Amino acid sequence: MFRFENVGLRYGMGPEILRDISLHIPERSFQFLTGPSGAGKTTLLRLLFLALKPTRGLITVFGKDRALITRKELPHLRRRIGVVFQDFRLLDHMTTYENVALPLRIRGRDESSYRDDVIDLLKWVGLGERMHVLPPILSGGEKQRAAIARALIEQPEILLADEPTGNVDPPLARRLLRLFIELNRLGTAVVIATHDLQLMEQVDARRMILSEGRLDVHD
Amino acid sequence: MTESHDHFDDAGLGDNQHTAARPGRVTASPAPPRRRTAPIVPEQNIAGRALIFVIAIMTFLSCLTLGAVSLVRDTASMWESQISREATIQIRPREGLDMEQALVDASRIASGFAGVRSATVVDRAATSRLLEPWLGTGLNIDDLPVPRLVVVTIDESNPPDFGSMRSLLASEIPTSSLDDHRTWVDRLVAMARTTVTIGLAVLVLMLSATVLSVVFATRGAMAGNGHIIEVLHFVGAEARFIAAEFRRHFLLTGMKGALVGGVLAMLVFLGFGWWSSRNLATPEADQATALFGNFAIGMSGYLGVGLIVLLIGALTAATSHFTVVRYLSEMDLSQQASE
Repeated sequence: MFRFENVGLRYGMGPEILRDISLHIPERSFQFLTGPSGAGKTTLLRLLFLALKPTRGLITVFGKDRALITRKELPHLRRRIGVVFQDFRLLDHMTTYENVALPLRIRGRDESSYRDDVIDLLKWVGLGERMHVLPPILSGGEKQRAAIARALIEQPEILLADEPTGNVDPPLARRLLRLFIELNRLGTAVVIATHDLQLMEQVDARRMILSEGRLDVHD
Repeated sequence: MTESHDHFDDAGLGDNQHTAARPGRVTASPAPPRRRTAPIVPEQNIAGRALIFVIAIMTFLSCLTLGAVSLVRDTASMWESQISREATIQIRPREGLDMEQALVDASRIASGFAGVRSATVVDRAATSRLLEPWLGTGLNIDDLPVPRLVVVTIDESNPPDFGSMRSLLASEIPTSSLDDHRTWVDRLVAMARTTVTIGLAVLVLMLSATVLSVVFATRGAMAGNGHIIEVLHFVGAEARFIAAEFRRHFLLTGMKGALVGGVLAMLVFLGFGWWSSRNLATPEADQATALFGNFAIGMSGYLGVGLIVLLIGALTAATSHFTVVRYLSEMDLSQQASE
């Protein structure tokens, strides 16, 4: 699904943030991406999400060379990748339902064709009663779940989550983790960037540890 | 790693209707209550309302300037044509001159020229009335050596040869002189052209100020929408779609403001037109009419106002479009920054 070979990345003329990263994210896999703050987790996620291009090395995304992907192809590829941002990035003027339905709406689909799917997904993440509420009224955990639902609505092949438990208490963090596990069980590859050790200890999953720009993978 | 999907039951949300299916395969879900779907670009915020105000004010001022310039232009051309439509033959009295005969001769000579529509002698009574403000009433014009006039009406499109008319009159009636108002017309034309040029310069400045304030106000209103562009971009919206959403929103905003300004300007002109027609033949209206004609900006003026409204709407839309495109390409540039 994703393959990195000796990937390096630097911002401008600065030092290399990521060095010689080689990894493989297979289909239906589950992994944590961890490491101390500032180790480059978010940068690596941005590379996975095609929001950055590497300075060197080779990235293959869904069998395509990243360097050869054109601007026009990006929106189509992004639809196959779900992203949950650390700061949620929900649109405050839209209800939870509308935020989750946004990826389908921008593709020009008629609301009647996706309404049931969106409602169902909202129920699945436990927001069935909060679907007509605007994000500023939602709690941190609810926003997080709304952001997850939006990332999942197009049934992506892979879900990238940046510190999904960073803003919630431990019980809710556990619930969110169970949500990701369930999603993975249903066939979606999951990458969770976190530095929450307690969270990782709950699951026996692959760990990719970033440290000073280098990556160690522990299967 | 396999757990129940309904793990959020204990989240305290009271949502007990989960199904065992993967999202997207549910049956018989209650539809959300029908409400108008929120637009992708939020309808109004403070910057959006300020934008409408700025656009309305600038459109109003632009339309007033346009109307004023068109009024001055029409008035200037009216002055020109009215004055150049007439010429005057003046005959000064002299010992032994039969004034009445000279007037008839002058009138005959003038009428003989091609391009002269008529030549009318200003009779004794009319001459007395002309002098009344200076010499009072009850004047016997024969007691005074008063020059007499013949008014010559001219075909503007085919004016007579004033040079040969002047020399023929001078040879037949030595005390006559022909005033073709050329000096006045020249001065008026120069003044009118200067006025129109100044007006056009003011209009250009006004339109430039409008364009700049609309552009900056639109960019200001767009500044608060960066996160929307970003979210749309990351959920897989194409640049074309994002730009179209913002273009449509700002076209409507621009048109709304521009229409308010344009309609207010039209009302001002209609109000003045109504005032001058209501006060017809009063000293104030006569004064205004003498200066500005009937105070109407005419069809071209109203078309101009309509054009300004459309222009400003289009300008607002175009500015938002380019702001989105620039924002997206900056995001792409930051993508390349590491290269």
